[in-house]
Amino acid sequence: MAQEFRLKNEGLIDRKKEIIFSFNGKKYSGYQGDTLASALLANGVHLVGRSFKYHRPRGFFGAGVDEPNAKLQVTINGYSEPNVNATEIELVKGLSATSQNCWPSVNFDVGAINNFLNRFFPAGFYYKTFMWPKSFWYKIYEPFIRKAAGLGVASVEKDNERYEHKYEYCDLLVAGSGPAGLSSAYAAAKNGARVILAEDKPRFGGTLLTDDVTIDNLSGKDWADKIISELKEMPNVIVKNRSQVFGYYDHNMTVMFERIGDHLEQKSKFTPRQRLWYIRAKEVLLSTGSIERPIVFGNNDTPGIFLSAAAKEYIKVYGVLVGKKPVIFTNNDSAYETALEFKKNGVNPIILDSREEQNSQLVQDVKNQNIKIKFSHAIIAANGYKKVNSVLAGKLTKDKTDYEKTEIIECDCVCVSGFWTPTVHLASQSGNKLSYNDKIDAFVPDKSKQSEKSIGAANGTFTLKETIENGFKIGSETSNKITKKNNPIKIPKSNELNHSPHDKFWCAPLPKGKNYKRFVDFQNDVAVSDIEIALKEGYRSIEHVKRYTTLGMATDQGRTSNLNGLQLVANIEKKIIPQVGHTTFRPPFTPITIGAIVGREIGKEYMPTRKTPMHDWHEKNNAVFVDAGAWKRPRYYKQGNETLSEASRREAKNVRDHVGICDVTTLGKIDIKGPDAAELLNRVYTNAWLKLPVGKARYGVMLREDGIVMDDGTTTRISENHFHMTTTTLQAANVLSHLEYYLQVIWPELNVNVVSTTEQWAGLSLAGPKSRDVLAKLFPDLNVSNDALPFMGYIEGNLFGVEARIFRISFSGELAFEINVKSDHGIFMWEKTMEMGKEFNIQPYGTEALSTLRIEMGHVAGPELDGRTIPYDLSLEGLISNNKDFIGKRSLRREAFKSDSRQKIVGLIPVDKKSSIPEGSHLVENKDAKLPNPKIGYVSSSCWSVENNNPFSLGILKNGKNMIGKKLFALSPLKNKAIEVEVISSHYVDHEGKRVRS
Amino acid sequence: MLNIKCPYCGDRAQKEFAYGGDGTVKRPELNKEVSDKEWDDFVYMRKSLRGKHVELWHHIFGCRQWFRAQRDTATHEIFKTAKISEEI
Repeated sequence: MAQEFRLKNEGLIDRKKEIIFSFNGKKYSGYQGDTLASALLANGVHLVGRSFKYHRPRGFFGAGVDEPNAKLQVTINGYSEPNVNATEIELVKGLSATSQNCWPSVNFDVGAINNFLNRFFPAGFYYKTFMWPKSFWYKIYEPFIRKAAGLGVASVEKDNERYEHKYEYCDLLVAGSGPAGLSSAYAAAKNGARVILAEDKPRFGGTLLTDDVTIDNLSGKDWADKIISELKEMPNVIVKNRSQVFGYYDHNMTVMFERIGDHLEQKSKFTPRQRLWYIRAKEVLLSTGSIERPIVFGNNDTPGIFLSAAAKEYIKVYGVLVGKKPVIFTNNDSAYETALEFKKNGVNPIILDSREEQNSQLVQDVKNQNIKIKFSHAIIAANGYKKVNSVLAGKLTKDKTDYEKTEIIECDCVCVSGFWTPTVHLASQSGNKLSYNDKIDAFVPDKSKQSEKSIGAANGTFTLKETIENGFKIGSETSNKITKKNNPIKIPKSNELNHSPHDKFWCAPLPKGKNYKRFVDFQNDVAVSDIEIALKEGYRSIEHVKRYTTLGMATDQGRTSNLNGLQLVANIEKKIIPQVGHTTFRPPFTPITIGAIVGREIGKEYMPTRKTPMHDWHEKNNAVFVDAGAWKRPRYYKQGNETLSEASRREAKNVRDHVGICDVTTLGKIDIKGPDAAELLNRVYTNAWLKLPVGKARYGVMLREDGIVMDDGTTTRISENHFHMTTTTLQAANVLSHLEYYLQVIWPELNVNVVSTTEQWAGLSLAGPKSRDVLAKLFPDLNVSNDALPFMGYIEGNLFGVEARIFRISFSGELAFEINVKSDHGIFMWEKTMEMGKEFNIQPYGTEALSTLRIEMGHVAGPELDGRTIPYDLSLEGLISNNKDFIGKRSLRREAFKSDSRQKIVGLIPVDKKSSIPEGSHLVENKDAKLPNPKIGYVSSSCWSVENNNPFSLGILKNGKNMIGKKLFALSPLKNKAIEVEVISSHYVDHEGKRVRS
Repeated sequence: MLNIKCPYCGDRAQKEFAYGGDGTVKRPELNKEVSDKEWDDFVYMRKSLRGKHVELWHHIFGCRQWFRAQRDTATHEIFKTAKISEEI
């Protein structure tokens, strides 16, 4: 297929490998090694998109991260991604791309009407338009803006690609593999430092790939290849291409984005698409180079207008001409290199130079080639709508504010150069305060806040000789600080043509009576006139001007627009740029995929799953699981077509009537040992612990220092200085940290050790009137009578050869026991218990039945221990010892905590005995009161009481102790329910607690 | 992500630690009568400093030791870390 603009011999692409791809539905061909941009340009395609606000036709402008226009919707292997930079994505078989922000097509875009209505889209138009009437906002304005704004479309398909994260540590991270990066990485590597060299592009070498220079008599590219191949051989060096360091965070943590899969035609199942590297480097060298900035002129956004270095890169790297009749517009020498490259390939450019006659080596060289140069000239405006076809040029007056005469010059492309802007983004992110260097009219890094240094063009050094010398010197010094080695290296000789100074000319003045759009920020469509309006309207701070006009706020972070914007503000305000200041750079340097940020932590890998040793048994027996923190707990065991509520009622009823078995492994368990163990418990819990006998358990409540209940549980004295504490499932980790805090920070004099044993013990709860019968069969040698093992008793036993701990504790209000064995024997214990319990109608029960049982008993749990309740509120004031101090005790004397009308836990039943009360309902006196209806309490837990066969709830109610017998309403606006309820005691079953002691 | 030197384990990523708040707060002694004001200061009142701050950290995914760190709250620079028993 024809690639009309492809050169025969130039470039680093592989002409043997043709790649067919599609753009806006049409098939094109390119080569391995192309970017999507270079392949399209080889085919003469310039129009790639429409601009953000005015929908003006836009073409390619840069050749890499500098590109503001060519953001495409790209589909590879069926997965579609928006806003992909065409100058960065590598061509691969099957790639298809479409333009964004245009309808019905990029060639005929209805939105282009905005271009002619542009007086309605001035700076700050978001703030000015669409304001009134207010009622129009939701239905008319907002949908309109959403449709009109934005670029591509995010895919709604599942992303099946694999993304990875990697952590790496090194002595020296070098970001950028141009001459500065290569020489410093090489010097550091030779000193034995652990070096990571990161290059954003697929090819190493940076400007060495495009500049006509020699180093040690090798071409720039050959020298770069030689250094890279040496570095790759060294065990202390990691060399990465397609890897961009995009963020600089605290303590020298940088994050690098590596593109691995997208350019591969075939990859294995486990090849990730992208990888995020978290790199902690002792030192960072930023050799990120510089980006050419444009000169602003009329219609400077017309397709066919390029940065001159981009045009050179297309020739040198991709063998592509951006046009065959170029006009080059410059204020410095570097565009002359582009002219020479055109000339070498048989194309004759015309150079318009804003400076007066120049005679550097480079300019002389161009003159010798008979290339036409017009000094003191500028482009006033480009002509052409979808492609530039000529420029209006003018001879500048001496003060460069007007033109002596003008002329039309025909062309098919324009290459513009307004000098170079060091890429200081990473330095700025690291906290480096930039300073303005008026020799190069740009900001350069100044004082480091972290261990970083910018070198080469990133630091404003634009000659190769100086860059390489500095690179070797700094690489060697920096690594020497770390490795203390000093391997002498001969600094290579480089050869380049010298340049004459640039000119401060940055914007072509408008001739009288002309009103061309002159763009400063292409991606966000911000023109000179927009910034002028913002200043006229009184915006002064550059941060405000930026936000009001959106200058530099697009995804290209203003790489080509920042300095021209600052220059414009400075000119209008009659200031100099350093007085205007600059806006802040933030990560990421270029957009990063969400997939890479998320990495492998998706789906079931989002967080670890904790399973009890009996998990498989539950699964086999139709358990439906519920998440409790990271744990999976059986919620209920489904029989036939049972619903949740049917199953949980059956399970709970079976506990009340016969016996049930519940997996309680997930309860937090903390082993507490040491001579001061009892003293620790005495300070942590509200009740007394010193006199708890060995072989006894006790229920305890612990508070935070502010008096609020933190957690509850039973703790058992295994031996004199050894306790076994249990916590609720969800607070297990917090309670351990809490104990460690007091032991290590507050009371280091206590001789106690605490350690989590949650996962060391498998636990089951055996509950119901027949539980003792089952226990007796499990431990035939043991006396488990009420006398030998009374309520809150503890014994150890032998469960068919397995050591077991038996606690007589109850959460259900029934006669109940908890058995613990080492985790490995959990499944044995469980199956044996099921087997022995068969004759007593044993059934497993899940968390739903567990809740039902505890709610109707009036036991508090998570919903009541909600971080707002004190012991009194939960009717636990009886557990507060008056004879000792404990954590949080002093807070209980706060006025509000002593109030007579304080909230307290109550029971609630619906007056109709039928309607279940939604958890979270508000308790109010009058259901029809005017809103906001005064709320006097809330419903914390609800169940269907299997004992009384009607709904029952627990609530926290203001003045609860005096409210028994009152009728209130439970309001649930969410479920649109108002249920009349009667306030009763929170103990709905077995008031006297006879069953647990039976 | 900060790089924190645990006094027991050495340099570790921030991910391994939990923040523990102001490290200069002194808990009133047990069984000692304290005024409402003193108690209130201990439980609730914290300074929100800009600059050097002594704080507690817990090496929760490591040795599980609490320790103190002196950190600049504006720049995140960590000047020093010390065991609870040591001066900072």
